[in-house]
Amino acid sequence: MSSTLAEAVSDSVVITKRNLIKVKRVPDLIVFATLSPIMFVVLFRYIFGGAINLPPGISYAEFLLPGIFAQTVVFGSTVTGASIAEDLQKGLIDRFRSLPMSRSAVLIGRTVADLGLNVISITVMALTGYAVGWRINSSIAEAIGGFLVLLVFAFAISWLMALVGLLVRTPEVVNNASFIVIFPLTFASNAFVPLESFPAPLRAFAEWNPVSTVVQAARELFGNVPAGAPVPDVWSLQNPALYTVLWTVVILVVFVPLAVRAYLRTASR
Amino acid sequence: MGGPSVRGMTDAVVVEGLVKRFGENTALGGVDLTVSEGTVLGLLGPNGAGKTTVVRILSTLLQPDAGRAEVAGLDVATQADQVRATIGLTGQYAAVDEYLTGHENLEMVGRLYRLGKREARSRAGQLLERFDLADAANRPAKTYSGGMRRRLDIAASLIARPRVLFLDEPTTGLDPRSRLGMWEFIADLVSDGTTILLTTQYLEEADRLADRMVVIDRGKVIARGTADELKAQVGGERLELTVGTVEQLAVVTDALRPLSHGELHADRQTRRLSVPVTGGTDTLAEALRRLTGTSAQVLDIGLRRPDLDDVFLTLTGRSAEDADTATDAEPSATVSAGAQS
Repeated sequence: MSSTLAEAVSDSVVITKRNLIKVKRVPDLIVFATLSPIMFVVLFRYIFGGAINLPPGISYAEFLLPGIFAQTVVFGSTVTGASIAEDLQKGLIDRFRSLPMSRSAVLIGRTVADLGLNVISITVMALTGYAVGWRINSSIAEAIGGFLVLLVFAFAISWLMALVGLLVRTPEVVNNASFIVIFPLTFASNAFVPLESFPAPLRAFAEWNPVSTVVQAARELFGNVPAGAPVPDVWSLQNPALYTVLWTVVILVVFVPLAVRAYLRTASR
Repeated sequence: MGGPSVRGMTDAVVVEGLVKRFGENTALGGVDLTVSEGTVLGLLGPNGAGKTTVVRILSTLLQPDAGRAEVAGLDVATQADQVRATIGLTGQYAAVDEYLTGHENLEMVGRLYRLGKREARSRAGQLLERFDLADAANRPAKTYSGGMRRRLDIAASLIARPRVLFLDEPTTGLDPRSRLGMWEFIADLVSDGTTILLTTQYLEEADRLADRMVVIDRGKVIARGTADELKAQVGGERLELTVGTVEQLAVVTDALRPLSHGELHADRQTRRLSVPVTGGTDTLAEALRRLTGTSAQVLDIGLRRPDLDDVFLTLTGRSAEDADTATDAEPSATVSAGAQS
């Protein structure tokens, strides 16, 4: 059993390496993965920054950055679906499935590589954020916790997207389909504006939307919530880190087995 | 290798009563075939005949609905893991990662076959050399030509020295020159003693590479045997010509009847005459001499070897509908004559 695990790890490393080589060879990928977050940081900071009412004691840059982080890593994880669909189209999944390799390594290697991409883009965003006035006002351990919440949640979304990619099979369609889901999820949240301004039904959705709690958890862990700010009276936002971790675990428990099962049954046509 | 062997011929691939349905559509309706160890079987049929489905089942990508398949004595349904360690698969599309270099592609596949790092690397080097890709070894596969990608794909499937190799239409889509090159590489593998199941739409390809052939149509085997046996059924080469008017068909039929080794076939619609002949280009020259003396206007004349379409016409009475029309009717020698008279 332990040798099976060792083989799964070694196969996953081989596949992760393969996926990261592509990032190295196609610089456009990394340019666009970092340009759009930079653009978002700068646009929101300077265009909406003056128009959005915040509780006193916090700058919009500090409020905004955790939201931008969450939006970008969630969008970043949709890459997983398109890449899997592309591998399927090009017959690479057939090849992998005909090899005596671990049955989950292709998906593990894919999601781990995309996690790596997210690490790169979150680093770029943090630096850009610093330049426009975002600061971490907490301990190093809390700050690391903040980045971890963001990345682990995005990793779980990657597995969901892997399943979408295996079922939808066309990279372009995966992109459009995930856009339809991810866009409302990230905008109907507290990522860019405080929830107080939302109409009631949308507000209820946003309060329980895991993207909101990812953002809330990150804000708390980075120290971007002003002392004495009103505490939202919903459980999800009062325990954002716990609520996010629960979502992450549920998504992984459901979608890892579903994605692996779909992988074992799929074949290019 | 050498020395006396008491062991008889064993079958590296055994397929019995294989059935596969996709919804309403029956892709395989009970296929039986065997491939003896160290030989090449050509699985011949038009698009949609079920060739790829057979390969997918044998390479564990698909589960059959009924029947049994064994590769190297291992059941593909219950011993899939061991089967995968024994086989090499080259699919219809070159499954190479275009962002990796040729060497990286082979090393990756080698590692996934559980070769050690060092062995994967040295095997990759050997195979790149052997498949004439050494100069391009460190270039991303994106920059490779179609023929080079196919070669890289086959090299990848050979990296762990598989006992049984599946080649699914290895030359489809290649230009004639790359196809000839690919045939040489495959013929080379055969001399190494690898057991190969090769699917193809080209009779000529199967003739050149395979020891035995199985012809399938709509998921059923319709013929099997050696190339010579199949050709004996289908008939040998034919002289084909097209004339200017329907009336001239009778003229040329009379002129060429003495050369015929069987029944002549005239098609009024296409104004084409087909004459079974022997003797190759000598017969063609003789035919041209005889036609010069007639009033017929010959638009086109050529010698044709039987292809998959002829096999189908003979065996099923209909043509291989979906077969690639651009390539399946290449005359082996064509002379344009009398078009301007």
